[in-house]
Amino acid sequence: MSVLAPAGVVIPTFGGAPSSYACERANRLFCPDWVSKNWSSVLWPALRQHVLLCVVAVAIGFVISFALALLAYRRRAVERPVILISGILYTIPSLALFEILVPFKPLGLSDRTAEVALVSYTLLILFRNIVTGLREVPDEVREAARGMGMTDRQCLWRVELPLALPSIIAGVRIATVTVVALATVASYICDQGLGVPILAAIQDGVFKTELIAAGGLAVALALCADGLLVLLQRALTPWARAR
Amino acid sequence: MPAPDTARPEGSSGFAPAAPLELQRVTKRYPGQAAPAISELSLEVPAGEVCVLVGPSGSGKTTAMRLINRMIEPTSGDILLGGRSVLERRPDELRREIGYVIQQIGLFPHQTIGENIATVPHLLGWDKARIAHRRDELLELVGLDPEEMRDRYPAQLSGGQRQRVGVARALAADPPLMLMDEPFGAIDPINRERLQDEFLRLQATVRKTVVFVTHDIDEAIKMGDRIAILREGGVLAQYAPPAELLSRPADDFVAQFVGADRGLKRLALTTLADVELIQPNGLAPSGRRVPLRSTVRDALSMILTAGGKPLTVVDDEDRVAGLVTLELVGGLLGTEADRGSDGAGGSDGGPA
Repeated sequence: MSVLAPAGVVIPTFGGAPSSYACERANRLFCPDWVSKNWSSVLWPALRQHVLLCVVAVAIGFVISFALALLAYRRRAVERPVILISGILYTIPSLALFEILVPFKPLGLSDRTAEVALVSYTLLILFRNIVTGLREVPDEVREAARGMGMTDRQCLWRVELPLALPSIIAGVRIATVTVVALATVASYICDQGLGVPILAAIQDGVFKTELIAAGGLAVALALCADGLLVLLQRALTPWARAR
Repeated sequence: MPAPDTARPEGSSGFAPAAPLELQRVTKRYPGQAAPAISELSLEVPAGEVCVLVGPSGSGKTTAMRLINRMIEPTSGDILLGGRSVLERRPDELRREIGYVIQQIGLFPHQTIGENIATVPHLLGWDKARIAHRRDELLELVGLDPEEMRDRYPAQLSGGQRQRVGVARALAADPPLMLMDEPFGAIDPINRERLQDEFLRLQATVRKTVVFVTHDIDEAIKMGDRIAILREGGVLAQYAPPAELLSRPADDFVAQFVGADRGLKRLALTTLADVELIQPNGLAPSGRRVPLRSTVRDALSMILTAGGKPLTVVDDEDRVAGLVTLELVGGLLGTEADRGSDGAGGSDGGPA
């Protein structure tokens, strides 16, 4: 099935449905009409799902990385294997990783599979930044903390972690931006997030507004999340700006 | 247990009595190293005195100090603080009772000056009002304005100011013992001298037992009531008051370490007020004038620049107290040995 364009040119649709919007039929790249009509039914739910996917992935990734980083900080022997495994996970192409995970029984085609894959991409960045942040605490500061009678735990929570915050938050920022971008690919397996309208647009062939709108939202989301994290860092580390 | 030795003060303005410190045949060996880092070190530091550990690098002076608050565990021997072995105490609790100042100071960069000073009181669970009062009191004690300083961060302070905060932080919970590891080592010479003088004034008020580590013999002579000279391998070469160390070095190592100018250094420990001056006997005093509170070393320097002529010593009201001559100073060097040792109590000489 094909539709006759006003000029009499045949536009292939690659199996997609013909658009009901004039500006789309006019083959314009972006159709604001479509966006306003579909905001509440398509884009807004996709955006919310996307945020949820990302927040859950970064949160779980952070908890795992944090625990591993504390372990590696106390026992150096742990560091290499963690770097190796998370490094291998990080290099697997995202599309391949999503596909690899699907056959596993408890996962399948679900958002759980998506989360597992997204979390695995955060581990290397978060782990490295947390460990580096802790290791960069000046020796004399640690020495003074111990010398004044702080226990290891007090030293960690009152001195080492606060001083590692800039490095930790830098890691969270990179992980978040990465996950926001990768989560669009996750739509291949879980039918959620901003990847859904993007995928629909790719399959549609003609209709690019969905792709541009959803893609733009993903970029905006990444920038907003990054900005919020910068503000968070400023609020948590007032000392870093005191000079 | 002699509880009063380590008791905290009732009010925050009073200072708790200092505690005596005793090292008993303390040895530290590191695995895989043939020679011990500290060998059978025995030292007694009376309450309220400054004991300076001094020696060349590799002499283990910092190691010896860190054994006291158990930053390093001794291999054998015992350390008594206020009569009680530090080895039977929990290290973190022990350390809260011992002030600790290191060369790099180690202020917490993420905390304000006020929070830094409040570290140990906070660990000890003092209430807010008491901590705030103590914080401001200490800032004033070390010559910093509390209003101006307490909310600043360490990065906003000069090196000298940071050093003062480091001392205030170590004094915060009024510890009976202070450990200071080259506390003025990273400060330029002019400010170092000022900080040394300030610390001596402060010590006259707080009267803590202090163990002070330095590699600088001049600093040791200036700061110490007693000086322990360590040699390679943590062996005690001599433990004595400064004057005795200068007049009767136990061996060649000590003599060399204190320097060929030890006679001059000794003269710097005595002021003209301590010396029996030559009376002018009616003769009109001539020559340059020198104040009574000058050190003999300064007087000697003035005599030499004046071509060897005697100086007239005057007191603060400009009254003539007597004359000082080259011969008088020369004679002092002969008798100084005896004067030095009876001034600061008995001596524990070095190994025979």
